[in-house]
Amino acid sequence: MQQGGNRKTEKLLLQRSVPGRVGVVLPDLDVPAQPMPDQAMLRDELLLPEVSEPEVVQYFTGLSQLNFSIDTHFYPLGSCTMKYNPKINDEVAFQPGFAGIHPMQPVEQSQGALELLHKLQGFLGEITGLPAVGLSTLAGAHGELGGMLMIRAHHLANGDIGRTKVAIPDSAHGTNPASAAMAGFEVVELASDKDGNVDLDALHAVAGPDLAGVMITLPSTLGLFDTNIVEVCRIVHEAGGLVYGDGANMNALLGRVKLGDLGFDVAHLNLHKTFSTPHGGGGPGAGPVCATDQLAPYLSAPIVTEKSGVYDLAAPEKSIGKLSGFHGNFGVLVRAYTYIRTLGGAGVLSISGNAVLNANYMMNALRGVYHLPYDRTCMHEAVFSADLQKERGSSGLEIAKRLLDYGFHAPTMYFPLIVHEALMIEPTESETKETIDLFVQALIDIDREVTENTELVNNAPHTTPVARLDEARAARQPDLRWQPEAAD
Amino acid sequence: MTATRPDTTGHFQSHYIPNTTDEQAEMLASLGIDSIDRLFADIPDEFRNPVLDLPAPLSELEIQRELGGMAAKNRPLGSGPSFLGAGSYDHFIPALIKPLITRGEFITAYTPYQAEASQGTLQVIYEFQTLICNLYGMEVANAGMYDGATSLAEAALMACRVTKREKVAVADTVSPAYSAVIHTYCQSQDIAVETVSPNNPTLDGETACLVLQYPNYYGNIEDMQGLVDAAHAQGALAVVSTDPTAMGMFQTPGHYGADIVTGDGQPLGIPSSFGGPYVGLFATKQEYIRQMPSRLSGRTVDKNGKTGYVLTLQTREQHIRRERATSNICTNEALYALAATIYLAAMGKQGMRQIAELCYHKAHYAASQINALPGYSLTSNDPFFQEFVVQCPAPPTEINRKLMEKNILGGLDVSERTPNGMLLCVTEINSREDIDALIAALSEFK
Repeated sequence: MQQGGNRKTEKLLLQRSVPGRVGVVLPDLDVPAQPMPDQAMLRDELLLPEVSEPEVVQYFTGLSQLNFSIDTHFYPLGSCTMKYNPKINDEVAFQPGFAGIHPMQPVEQSQGALELLHKLQGFLGEITGLPAVGLSTLAGAHGELGGMLMIRAHHLANGDIGRTKVAIPDSAHGTNPASAAMAGFEVVELASDKDGNVDLDALHAVAGPDLAGVMITLPSTLGLFDTNIVEVCRIVHEAGGLVYGDGANMNALLGRVKLGDLGFDVAHLNLHKTFSTPHGGGGPGAGPVCATDQLAPYLSAPIVTEKSGVYDLAAPEKSIGKLSGFHGNFGVLVRAYTYIRTLGGAGVLSISGNAVLNANYMMNALRGVYHLPYDRTCMHEAVFSADLQKERGSSGLEIAKRLLDYGFHAPTMYFPLIVHEALMIEPTESETKETIDLFVQALIDIDREVTENTELVNNAPHTTPVARLDEARAARQPDLRWQPEAAD
Repeated sequence: MTATRPDTTGHFQSHYIPNTTDEQAEMLASLGIDSIDRLFADIPDEFRNPVLDLPAPLSELEIQRELGGMAAKNRPLGSGPSFLGAGSYDHFIPALIKPLITRGEFITAYTPYQAEASQGTLQVIYEFQTLICNLYGMEVANAGMYDGATSLAEAALMACRVTKREKVAVADTVSPAYSAVIHTYCQSQDIAVETVSPNNPTLDGETACLVLQYPNYYGNIEDMQGLVDAAHAQGALAVVSTDPTAMGMFQTPGHYGADIVTGDGQPLGIPSSFGGPYVGLFATKQEYIRQMPSRLSGRTVDKNGKTGYVLTLQTREQHIRRERATSNICTNEALYALAATIYLAAMGKQGMRQIAELCYHKAHYAASQINALPGYSLTSNDPFFQEFVVQCPAPPTEINRKLMEKNILGGLDVSERTPNGMLLCVTEINSREDIDALIAALSEFK
């Protein structure tokens, strides 16, 4: 295999090892040595790196520089809400009074942490209009599993054992059907209508005695507010089902409308999207679950309770059980709390207002250049189709890759699945008008390149650390760890 | 809190939002409208702009003060001798980890779906997979799960898929919290969960897997070879939740033939942080790779033949396979997989051995001293690593209260399993002075 040109990062840790090098010096043993266990219980080899501290720092710094990130690039990745992550949030979460507390220490010794969690439960309940909040779920999909298990528990507690189906729009994230299946439900796909709303006829057709509920993302993954939403909730409730809300796109709705008012029964929030906690290259996130008072007894354990200023952890009366080892991703929850306190009521409205304004401004500037399959006022993101460019020999994928050469992260591609050649673009509220203008101009330039120099676009990117990668080879001959005997 | 009907014009100038009201007005004009509120016209009138009862905004200075006050109401581990483990461990964290993981290029990047723009994250994941395989003696590891508990629950589900059986046997020495999470994950899928004794596990031809913890929740090391063989004798898989620190000295679960090995990566350079974020470790045998949950980074070449990394075997995952995916997991704990990778790089071969041996000797020193105190006794003669259960002369909650008067955080009360049992943990963090202070304080109870 030919080596790349990046001197700082081309060799892997075990390829850099020199016997005898150490990255850390540890204290000597300060107690008498104790009898060792039977030799057969001990390992002899341990293949780990032997590198010094400066090498470790240089290597990982070099790796970091191969990434696009919010701090270095505009990152309009639709559905992911790649907004600025305030530095104060990291600072407060890392302070020893938070980062240094043990999850099992007596609650009297973690009252400050519990107070913060209790207040956060209140804030999230207020924002969603779903007052019963649990914070123990560790990501969006984890929250979905929790919420769907609550729906299941609710029906079973009512002796309603025949509700085995969950209806999910064809535009939904893949996590929705996967979570419903993990919660033991059969998934039925719901068609969208010509305006991108849930098709009410399709919903009527499945709203029967076997319907446990629906999972709805609002705004939808088309970036649209479903104008049928109140009717959707009414139809589902009338059939005896419950409505689950996927809060992945809540950045559009902060302070503008409460899910509980619209008829949702239970929802999760992605704190790593709407509430600005950093994505970390794929996590950690946090996926708190917010529910009506009716569903409160089923929340996953633990929840935080308060009585006369004393905070405690408790399992709700009919809890679905524990979904994580301890109390949730506390460090992420601290960041989200800090964000909400910094913004207050006026601030959260400003977030949704500017997120939606930026998206509509961008969409309007690109109208006519890229096809808009649903040409309506959008929410926090707009979904285009590269159909027009496909006719000229390019595609959504090529355009997305070419954007990298312009210094912009690519939009989400080929999702939602119901849009051909989808390019889903979410600018977020934290970008300037100038950046959006530059991005729009880049997409206009690329459209021209598609006509004038199709190959330039179709071979992109040209400026990134690596060119288009051989994914077929990666899947056919999986190379998933470095082994000394393997040829390099 | 004051309830306000908020200003819906969006004219709050937050320092997180660059565009001024003038710029907003210009952008609105390009849309032919005069207010942001107009953009929300699709929301039914009766529900639009509800009363929002949130406290007023705080400046950064005020935030630091408020959060500093809340943090001061907690007792962090570093503020005095601490002997609490039970799934979250106080280990030394080298200073280089935090500045590296908080580099904007790592912490503010998304999941590396766009490979050309994410080579840093993808190469880190490949390193992580390599080092976790080596630590556990396994053939393939994924990019990480949420935490040790969910890793173990997903391993149980995977064992059911592999064996096409629907019964999971969990040793009664597995963490009660982990066991509870297994129950929650299995409840809706018609998978029966049985609790068995590791001394004589009752398995049969219906059992999908035997779930073990190594060292177990109470600190002891069980007969791993015997237990793995017992599982295999029934055609069941052996699933072993393993403390990564213990791997600095003890034989790997892979050596004993374990089929799926999970663990919590928290001991690898991740702060206790009241229980999260941590990272779940997950490794298995090559033959089961297509049943594995979560992401995998693979090494390949670009079109010019240059080495590069991509997410691979994605047809297992939810964004491709939807309701037939191996798991619903999407966002995991990538930043803490990075922390663990940096930790293993810095500790290296020598450091991991040293840390394990420091924990071992200090824990055994503490255990033998406490065992010699009148009224105290170790409850097991089995080998252990850094945790052990002591039977105390008084209820552990009472003892812990007295210890806290001397600013010592005692062990976990496990009296529901052993009368007056306390689970203590000693790591390299605890100096001899700390340990002797604990022993002196315990000796006051008789």
